[in-house]
Amino acid sequence: MANDCTLYALSTCIHCRRMKVFLEDNEVDFDNIFVDKLRGDERKDIIDKIRNYNPKLSFPTLVVNGGQCIIVGFHKDQIEEALDL
Amino acid sequence: MSAKLTAESLYEMLKKIQEPRGFFFNKDMEITMPLLESLLINKEEYGYMACPCRLPNGEFEKDRDIVCPCEYRDPDMEEFGVCYCGLYVTAEYNQEDHDEVAIPERRPPEKILG
Repeated sequence: MANDCTLYALSTCIHCRRMKVFLEDNEVDFDNIFVDKLRGDERKDIIDKIRNYNPKLSFPTLVVNGGQCIIVGFHKDQIEEALDL
Repeated sequence: MSAKLTAESLYEMLKKIQEPRGFFFNKDMEITMPLLESLLINKEEYGYMACPCRLPNGEFEKDRDIVCPCEYRDPDMEEFGVCYCGLYVTAEYNQEDHDEVAIPERRPPEKILG
């Protein structure tokens, strides 16, 4: 898949986990970041970055093509459309 | 929390308290059990059961609103029949099958500190 995707997730969130599996099952190439595992400046930077994409700072947040498309919450239909699966 | 709690024992313990008050566990055990496990993980990590689907600040005083059951459970269940993380549902919600749980976040983002 050409799109570059980043999944901002929480390691404790079952919906983030199910979304991650969905992306893997569909062989989507994506970076997975467990924000709850980060600490210090790295965490601050990531939170600021997510705020730009999703001001609610909720999870999961999937950023496609550097922000061309942003999916908040595990919405299969939106993912299928955005990544044309 | 005396003996080492497991997700199963937490399930039994909470069910007795919550169900009579109209808060039912999601019948989809593939959602409910992992969430209960995550509550125990957060209890271990932070000292309190922070909502598994929200980013904790790490201090009880700053996460009081998302300590399970969170402050947003009642309005979410009223509006959607399910709480944000999908753990608690109404009796009606459990009578139907549902796709993924993805309701909007009610917690004000300013409560999430840097």
